[in-house]
Amino acid sequence: MDTNELKFEFLEVKAGFISLIPISLFVLVFGAAFGLAATQEGLNQSSTVLMSTLVFAGASQFAALELWGAQVPIVPLAITVFAINARHLLIGATLYPHIQHLKPAARYGAMLVASDANWAISMRAFTNNDTSKGLGLLLGGGLALWTFWIIGTWIGFYFGDAIKNPSTYGVDMVMGCFLLTMVLDGKKQSKTFVIWTGAAVASIVAYLYLPENTHIIVGALTGGVIGVLIGEKKNDD
Amino acid sequence: MMIDTAGFGTLSIILIMAAVTVLTRWGGIFLMSYIPINYRVQQFIAAMSGSVLVAIIVPMFVRGDMGAKAALLVTLFGTLLIKKPLIAITVGIFTAAFIRNI
Repeated sequence: MDTNELKFEFLEVKAGFISLIPISLFVLVFGAAFGLAATQEGLNQSSTVLMSTLVFAGASQFAALELWGAQVPIVPLAITVFAINARHLLIGATLYPHIQHLKPAARYGAMLVASDANWAISMRAFTNNDTSKGLGLLLGGGLALWTFWIIGTWIGFYFGDAIKNPSTYGVDMVMGCFLLTMVLDGKKQSKTFVIWTGAAVASIVAYLYLPENTHIIVGALTGGVIGVLIGEKKNDD
Repeated sequence: MMIDTAGFGTLSIILIMAAVTVLTRWGGIFLMSYIPINYRVQQFIAAMSGSVLVAIIVPMFVRGDMGAKAALLVTLFGTLLIKKPLIAITVGIFTAAFIRNI
């Protein structure tokens, strides 16, 4: 395994793209909601589409709109964007063992489209030792999410009024429900529940008492530490 | 420091946001390339990957309205009981939409 150089296979990337189309349709609706919200803050169409193309991180883009005005405070903006997107650091760290044998350009290139949904679904394939499928889901699925996010943002300028309030239709819950099914999937041990309980409690405490947007990273790192503490010791370590 | 959103200001704000986000997307794999992946690190990563999801979902449940809570609960029990995640998600979303419209 260590000696083989990994690469992306076209058919797997294509299959990954197709697999993520259903969830991408909801991303499209969210993109449109973002496009609409951006017009209401006075952003023009090309800037907004450019933002979705280059940033491709919905929650942080919505948060940026909260700070938008005739002038934007740049340090609070950068901190907010970093805090909301810090989960990508964890996503990258968990993917690393599975993608470390890609060429650096491929590895860093794929990370540009790494997002919650394609990460969660590709990790499931990697855990089942289906590496080429996982790579396809990561890159192909990421490209699907990215494409639909950009198209959705653009559509928001024309049809945004139709979805002014996507939460009325429950659309805001799609990603959460999808990620929940990802958690439930796969084999679990009694240790898993101890880890998750720790992560859950830490994330709630962080949500209530720590600065905004820190709850994901605090919960995830707590879970990781608990995993090490209660894991079996191994002699060759 | 403030940046005007007129003229090129917007472009520079977008570029800053993009740079910060790319930093988070690349930072994890960059740092990991300096960490030897031993058994303990593997344990940490394996425990963390499920915990990321838990740390996203649980606060979403706690702070969410009745519709959000119902959507997650329906998805949870639907997935566990009928083993059909896509159907569970769909029913969960409809439940949220229903609750928010009554």
